[in-house]
Amino acid sequence: MVRYLAKACFALLALSVVGVASSAMAAPRTDLNAGIRLEPPHLDPSAGAAAAIGEIVYANLFEGLTRMAPDGAIVPGLAESWTVSADGKTYTFTLRKGVTFHDGAPFDANVAKFTLDRARAADSVNPQKGLFEPIDAVEVVDPATLKVTLKRPTGAFLFNLAWPAAVMVSPQSAADNKTKPVGTGPFKFERWAKGSQIDLVRNPTYWGKTPALNKISFKIIGDPAAAYAAMMAGDLDAYPIFPANENIPQFQKDPRFTVKIGNTEGKTIVALNNARKPFDDIRVRRALAYGIDRKAVIEGATMGLAKPIGSHYAPQDAGYVDLTGKYPYDPEKAKALLKEAGVSNLKAKLVLPPPDYARRGGEIVAAQLKKIGVDVELVPVEWAQWLSDVFRGKNYDMTIISHVEPMDLDIYARDDYYFNYNNPDYKALYTELAATSDPDKRKALIAKAQEKLADDSVNVFMFLLPKTGVWNAKLDGLWENAPLPVNDFTAVRWRD
Amino acid sequence: MSLLWLARRGLGLCLALLAASVIIFVLMDLLPGDPAEIMLGTSARPDTLAALRAEMGLDRSAWVRYAEWAGGLLRGDFGKSQTYAVPVAELVGERLVVTLPLALISLCLTLIIALPLGAWAAARRNSTTDTAIVAITQLGVAIPNFWFAMMLVLLFAISWRWLPSGGFPGWDAGPRAALALILPAIALALPQAAILTRVMRSSLLETLSEDYVRTARAKGLTRGEALRRHAFRNALIPVLTILGLQFSFLIAGTVVIENVFSLPGLGRLIFQAINQRDLVVVRSVVMVLIAFIITVNFVVDIAYALVDPRLRGRG
Repeated sequence: MVRYLAKACFALLALSVVGVASSAMAAPRTDLNAGIRLEPPHLDPSAGAAAAIGEIVYANLFEGLTRMAPDGAIVPGLAESWTVSADGKTYTFTLRKGVTFHDGAPFDANVAKFTLDRARAADSVNPQKGLFEPIDAVEVVDPATLKVTLKRPTGAFLFNLAWPAAVMVSPQSAADNKTKPVGTGPFKFERWAKGSQIDLVRNPTYWGKTPALNKISFKIIGDPAAAYAAMMAGDLDAYPIFPANENIPQFQKDPRFTVKIGNTEGKTIVALNNARKPFDDIRVRRALAYGIDRKAVIEGATMGLAKPIGSHYAPQDAGYVDLTGKYPYDPEKAKALLKEAGVSNLKAKLVLPPPDYARRGGEIVAAQLKKIGVDVELVPVEWAQWLSDVFRGKNYDMTIISHVEPMDLDIYARDDYYFNYNNPDYKALYTELAATSDPDKRKALIAKAQEKLADDSVNVFMFLLPKTGVWNAKLDGLWENAPLPVNDFTAVRWRD
Repeated sequence: MSLLWLARRGLGLCLALLAASVIIFVLMDLLPGDPAEIMLGTSARPDTLAALRAEMGLDRSAWVRYAEWAGGLLRGDFGKSQTYAVPVAELVGERLVVTLPLALISLCLTLIIALPLGAWAAARRNSTTDTAIVAITQLGVAIPNFWFAMMLVLLFAISWRWLPSGGFPGWDAGPRAALALILPAIALALPQAAILTRVMRSSLLETLSEDYVRTARAKGLTRGEALRRHAFRNALIPVLTILGLQFSFLIAGTVVIENVFSLPGLGRLIFQAINQRDLVVVRSVVMVLIAFIITVNFVVDIAYALVDPRLRGRG
């Protein structure tokens, strides 16, 4: 009897599924359920650093003067073209005409000036205020022309304007963007069910190409097991930055899914406190670089999906030089260097923030360093504690961390940064780089900077975090790489 | 139930709440980590940090902040979330409509399963059924609810696709919302039901061996009648105690279960708020939960008195 009942239930279920399937076959779907790991605190990228903000609103809802293409190139956004003066200090932007915000407010040079002035104001809470620091003055020439004068030539200025923190906001709505974001993008904000999902819908008055999708639902599913279940059950169509590498092989075997292992900008390093003994000794830092087997760490911490790096620069970025062979795994050489430096029985604390790469990587690094006579104590901490103790307090020996900001060679030139590197030669090199606009000269200087960092073995450079994207095999147009931590869904479409 | 008894209980309740508020405030303040720093991340400049701290009111002394918070609580004002920039009351309200139904459904499921099963096992002591129930509940006590939850998802969401794997569409989605709570409620209820079944069984067995039950039997009642009319009510005292404790466990369990099922409930709110150092939210929500649990225990105390008149004089 029970069996018959079960059969009847199955038949009913099958009928309803067929019904749904046939109605869906008429036209390709226009909705998308995408998984994200963390819920953003709010939706204003000009007031918060959380990557989750950019992952939702960048390019979809908010647009900047320039924007980043999937390959990391800088392309026109709300500025359709620009000219740079011969001295590299004056940028004149020609803005797109007929652009309006989702609330109907027009976008013009006055709005652009408002946005840039707001970001660099004294009371600004922009998380990337440094991007706007080179700006000396912003002038409205006419409604479609904006002139920005810089204090000094800044080679990365157009790149800076493409960041989520530099998107254009309207004076009318800027104050409410945290909960009711109003941008110029192809999608507008519809609903935020706190703790659950954020919905964007197509903007019918978009100035550019109409996107194929009608609606995007970002579902917040942080637990790796729950994310796996949601993909497998079909509750999610895409998880562009999947949180658990160990599930990737299962998705790869399943024809329902497309799996793309791409690059992020996450340079994962064992950061060393260069001001603290004995890490102030270059021989000790080099010994650590020789004593860590990157391959084993990559295997254990990222399931073998990551690419090794030899300096603080991502392989896909302009001017990269391959320095991964500079310190091959060589425990004997490491021991000899430690001996030469007069260091024996070295005890050190390795601070580990929550991500898997750090916690798992830390175990392996500790085991490897033990072999060269360094006794490592692992100290797991939360993000909040990492930020206050390590990053601000600089109270640490070693820590494993991924620096996700693209092309951030500048951090080694900062006076008060937690590596405590403070090297005048590097600072001079970086100042020269920052003031250079010519692409070829920049590449040469970027190469020099990488070599200097590797040579000084400032930190132990380990690997580039992979971007593990999983989505329905019928979806096109998702980004394989993550030159910025964003999910630009403007080109995503379902195949028939 | 004398008024004096109630007044004493009420005073104890207030003192417990006051103590709880001080402990929560001090603990949260001692916790390392700066909320402004977490919001602004690693690229923030010192002047930006200072601007945000001032905006959040973090630059004032601990006394001022405690007085403001506790005073606000008394007026029913929970403050404003530092990260979400909305009133905490609104956040809690949004989350309670998920967590409270979830906890209540699980509690009902627990009772529906545990009381009859425990009584049934006790009535058939040492039979095969009894042994089987004891063995199964032993297993139920040992299984962690998050593992059980994952097994449920694997079976009902991935293999059979009968129920959603997680998430919550909101109550305006009607039946789909109720469907979304089925698996989480079962995952929460079954381990609790296993505990309660065992308590019910042993408590009943104990009362069944009491003199008054023997007397009742001697008067000619059958074992079943004696159990229903005399033993059952007496056996409920320890069950009530455990149930009061279990409600606290249920609320704590929602933190785990809500994460496994990605439900936007109170438990996940606390979890996120702790990670983001949204002190205002953590303090207020924990305070609400403590108030809730203390009140539940207060109600359980009153329920004892109702079930057992002898306990009214004590306390």
